[in-house]
Amino acid sequence: MVENTIKFLLNNKLVNIENLDPNTTVLQYLREEQFKSGTKEGCASGDCGACTVVLAELDTENSGQLKYKSINSCITFVGNLHGKQLITVEDLKDGAKLHHAQQTLVDNHGSQCGFCTPGFVMSSFALHKHNKTPNRAEVLAALAGNLCRCTGYRSIIAAAMTSSEAVAEDSFAQHYQETVAALSELEKLPTPALTGNGHNFIAPKNIDELATALTNEPNSTLVAGGTDLALAVTQNLAIIDKLVYLGNVAELTTIKETDSEIIIGAALPYSDFIDTLHHYYPELGEMIERIGAKQVRNTGTLGGNIGNASPIGDMPPALIALGATMTLHVNGQERTILVEDYFVDYKKTVLKTAEFIKSIQIPKPTAGQSLKIYKISKRIDDDISAVLAAFFIEQTPTENGKKITKVRLAFGGMAAIPKRAPAAEAVLLGKSLSKELVAQAKAALASDFQPMSDVRASDKYRMTVAQNLIEKCYLELKSANARAVIATRVVNYA
Amino acid sequence: MRSLINVEKFAVKKADTLKVKTNTNKSLIDGQKNVGLGGVGRSKKHDSADKHVAGEAIYVDDRPSLRGELHAAVGQSAYAHANIISMDLSAVKAATGVISVITVEDVPGHTDIGPVFPGDPVLAIGKVEFIGQPLFAVAATSFDLARRAVKLAKIDYEELEAVLTVKDALAKQNFVRPPFTMKRGDSDAAINSAAHQLSGEIKVGGQEHFYLEGQVSTAEPTEDGGMNIFTSSQHPSEVQKLVAEVLAIPLNKVLVDMRRMGGGFGGKETQAAQWACIAALLANETKRPVKFKLARMDDMIMTGKRHPFENNYTVGFDAQGQIKGINIEVNGNCGYSPDLSDAIVDRAMFHSDNAYYLDQATITGNRCKLNTVSHTAYRGFGGPQGMMTIEMIMDDIARHLGKDPLEIRKINLYGKDDRNVTHYHQTVEHNNLSEIIESLETSSDYQARRQAITEFNANSTILKKGLSLTPVKFGISFTVQHLNQAGALVHIYTDGTIHLSHGGTEMGQGLNIKVAQIVAEEFQVDVDTIAISSARTDKVPNSSPTAASSGTDLNGKAAQAAAKTIKQRLIDFACEKYQVEAGQVHFENSNVIVGEQSFSFAEFSQLAYMGRVSLSSTGFYKTPKIHFDRATGKGRPFFYYATGAAVSEVIIDTLTGEYKTLRTDILQDVGHSINPAIDIGQIEGAFIQGMGWLTTEELVWNEQGRLLSNNPATYKIPAINDTPADFRVALVPDAPNREHTIYNSKAVGEPPLMLAISVWAALKDAISSINDYKTSPALDTPATPERVLFAVEAAKASQAQAAAAAK
Repeated sequence: MVENTIKFLLNNKLVNIENLDPNTTVLQYLREEQFKSGTKEGCASGDCGACTVVLAELDTENSGQLKYKSINSCITFVGNLHGKQLITVEDLKDGAKLHHAQQTLVDNHGSQCGFCTPGFVMSSFALHKHNKTPNRAEVLAALAGNLCRCTGYRSIIAAAMTSSEAVAEDSFAQHYQETVAALSELEKLPTPALTGNGHNFIAPKNIDELATALTNEPNSTLVAGGTDLALAVTQNLAIIDKLVYLGNVAELTTIKETDSEIIIGAALPYSDFIDTLHHYYPELGEMIERIGAKQVRNTGTLGGNIGNASPIGDMPPALIALGATMTLHVNGQERTILVEDYFVDYKKTVLKTAEFIKSIQIPKPTAGQSLKIYKISKRIDDDISAVLAAFFIEQTPTENGKKITKVRLAFGGMAAIPKRAPAAEAVLLGKSLSKELVAQAKAALASDFQPMSDVRASDKYRMTVAQNLIEKCYLELKSANARAVIATRVVNYA
Repeated sequence: MRSLINVEKFAVKKADTLKVKTNTNKSLIDGQKNVGLGGVGRSKKHDSADKHVAGEAIYVDDRPSLRGELHAAVGQSAYAHANIISMDLSAVKAATGVISVITVEDVPGHTDIGPVFPGDPVLAIGKVEFIGQPLFAVAATSFDLARRAVKLAKIDYEELEAVLTVKDALAKQNFVRPPFTMKRGDSDAAINSAAHQLSGEIKVGGQEHFYLEGQVSTAEPTEDGGMNIFTSSQHPSEVQKLVAEVLAIPLNKVLVDMRRMGGGFGGKETQAAQWACIAALLANETKRPVKFKLARMDDMIMTGKRHPFENNYTVGFDAQGQIKGINIEVNGNCGYSPDLSDAIVDRAMFHSDNAYYLDQATITGNRCKLNTVSHTAYRGFGGPQGMMTIEMIMDDIARHLGKDPLEIRKINLYGKDDRNVTHYHQTVEHNNLSEIIESLETSSDYQARRQAITEFNANSTILKKGLSLTPVKFGISFTVQHLNQAGALVHIYTDGTIHLSHGGTEMGQGLNIKVAQIVAEEFQVDVDTIAISSARTDKVPNSSPTAASSGTDLNGKAAQAAAKTIKQRLIDFACEKYQVEAGQVHFENSNVIVGEQSFSFAEFSQLAYMGRVSLSSTGFYKTPKIHFDRATGKGRPFFYYATGAAVSEVIIDTLTGEYKTLRTDILQDVGHSINPAIDIGQIEGAFIQGMGWLTTEELVWNEQGRLLSNNPATYKIPAINDTPADFRVALVPDAPNREHTIYNSKAVGEPPLMLAISVWAALKDAISSINDYKTSPALDTPATPERVLFAVEAAKASQAQAAAAAK
């Protein structure tokens, strides 16, 4: 059963949306339909965070609990709001009293022109709802998606680091049980849909509904976080006729572990699987923390990052290096392929009509294996990589020292698709790591790729840095075995 | 002459005991809790802070929409240089929601909106000179429909040869304004007879303003053929003038209202006007209100940036590294039109000395015309680009002589009683830079860290650290003399509350609270009883742009003059009514004391009203002493200099070129600070903005002249992780401005931006460590990881060469 209404809580008020173009973003909805102008448009592309709002949703892991997530309202479609509580900067004051997240900014002189400020307030609010005493690193991670051009951030960091016992008694805490109850009621509603301006949106609740929806309307556009797709609408003025939202599909939004694999639902946001991956592959976890920013990781998904087949997505090279597989589903039929085999050409994949990505399977590490990941970009936070290198190396002890028994060197930003480096791998396979061998591998890399020059980097820089990263990987692996570990990464330096 | 700073004193004692205001001590937070009277010198919070954090501060786009309001968009040129053969706009006119389409033919008045010199058509006139130039404008029923409609135009062009590099412009002598030279003595002879000579060149990149609030204006037709404009502009009076001119109506029919900007940084000094003019033209055409808001990408494509520069030098110096003669050529990429470029390149020339005595000097400035968007004012206004050359020279001399660059910087500083005249013949007075540097060198532990870094670099194979201390001396005043004036209007109402208007605009810099503090100080009332609202052209006419760091200097003095006028009337009234001497009337603690009697300020305001005293006054101020004769290149363009210094420490990755700023210490002279918290906020923000300019913010144009870095996904301003983990900012204590500025304060908006040169110099220091500090690495800006890596590779190559030669 499908009901043509999007229902959500606008702070404490139950709101129905009907007859609104589903291409409308949450930001447009707030400013133009609700006349709430506190949430600002800085870029309409999810890069500046001025439009940050917070979504509270039921925590599927902890029954009766809410998760507060900061998101970019400028690149979130209104349909995604169904079943959630939308909190904006206007909702934070309790009568005349500023919220902790607001008062601390005032006390620390953390606003100048004030245009980015509502976004910072909301990111800080979301942080403090789950962490009353955040340290500097946690504050930076929570606020990296909010740009400020005036303050230089020092005062904002100081504000957000102020501990927040009072948050436990804020108006959201006071209404907590009512909110949980209201959202639980919404969860029971039939499958939501939205039609407006002749454009449609539907949010299937399970994989069967999804498969049926796609079989009925094969030209539908899949949307999960929408952090990339929405740019087509806000930047290129595209109109999407039929949107199918994956975020409510139960089977696509889970994470499971077996003895040998981590299985991640294609529509599960990064923030819901980052801890697990960090546990098994610390460097992968660290890299994911540099994908987009908090707001993007709260909605962006693994299926989306692979699915749009961008040559500069950060996860595909990592997954290729790990030998990860993906399960594709079309109308009840499933197949599992290597992530590596998914990409055909620039923005072209093996995905068939009405087929969708169901899950991604990542092998767990075993002895002797190392995963090294390097993200090279102009800016450390929230930047698209010039080069992303992911190296998987398995070394097995033999009589003549350790030999490389498995090697996968995968790169993003070096070709039209995320791709391995066969020539460089061939140099390394079966050999023992040494300075000379690494020099050969670096040289071989030149025959693996002919990178291009663009706004992010020149072809020469891409190749030089890609070669140097092989050297860095070698030095780090060597250092890991040595007594004195050498510092090799500025990003970890504080 | 009393030394400005007692160096010994504050170098050895702890900052706290000497009441140095720093960004780390708690006094700034506590200060605002003392409900202040008057308030000058206190860290009052920004007057809009509570509204900012609550989402209640209203920006132009947040105003409730007016009945019948339309939305504007413009069609953009697809070529960098072309004649327009024809424009077929039929599909645009027929598009859904479109109410009106105009071209330059439909402009009733002036078609050129050049702010100083002609050259900026409001809509293209027969030809286009950059990609993105507005061709025609549309008013439609929604923002979205307007943006869609403009894409439907069919334009035929005849492509012309485009000039897209500074080199090409120089070769063709393609200039927006004639070249200009400032000269003192015989530099060629001095260079030739000096013990050492060096020469070099540098490309300094431009910078996108990236104000978080994009350009926006709303035009509302009024009943008498006039126009009310709500705009995000640093220069409401110029918007008023240009709107009147394009509509061919007198200035008194145009009212411009500017409540606040979501950032300006110079980008809304002249270049906010075009969008207001187009909105007004469409509003005039349709007789409906029109809002024109630029989408971020359009804003980045259609508005000018900080000028990229390509500079070169030849210098002669002695064995100690002291400059004896110098020739510097600065070549500004002005884009297609003059805009403010004449003055911007002038300021680059004025600041080619930064803090150093150049002795025999010839400074030439070229204003290159390229087929890109017209570059414009940006915090520092050419000064930063001028300083880069001389700071590079300091490093180059140091490496050449094998000395620490700080030693070279010190030996070249302007003297106090001699070696104190600039290349434009202004005497540098009250120079405190040697004391500032000495103090900072001590407080930042420069020498010990220099040693520690040398050791670190010897032991670290991949990562290398660098350290640098650089000073800033920045001239304060508009170099165009007539702009150095301001007006204000103060009203006292019968309940004792005060309304304050002044000619300055609030863009986040805290101008309104500072000026309110000045008025509060005059009447000794709580600053919270003073309301400040929009800058409006009907309240304070003929205002100057809020620019050149001059907002408080000019408007603070004007507001003080207005307050003093009313205060004198109140004193006269008290003397007459209560038969006391003027000396027996005091303003204290929100009260007016008259002899033995005490009235609340509200009571006394009511009494004065009943006594028929005018409780409203204007105030006016013009900066004294300044003059400059461009014909001779001589004069005193600056009322005074703002000074400061910074030490930055960086770490670089020699395999990838990635880097991080680890620590920055700043000591800035703001004179007697009117609001230390606001001033420190300006310093921190300016520094990080400057760091972005010199590191990650890269403007990239392709070979057709199209801007590729046209959105925040491709143009990276500093984010929160870029702020140094250890960031210490202090104000020079007890250092009132020796010139009679408002409460002896000093301007703060622009000068600290250039402190970020310390980060660039520290990057070079780290790179230089690779070959044992034997060469001065060439490092154009922005110093992206790519440029750093290639500079590292060059240093490695030179090291390998040296090693081979040694064998």
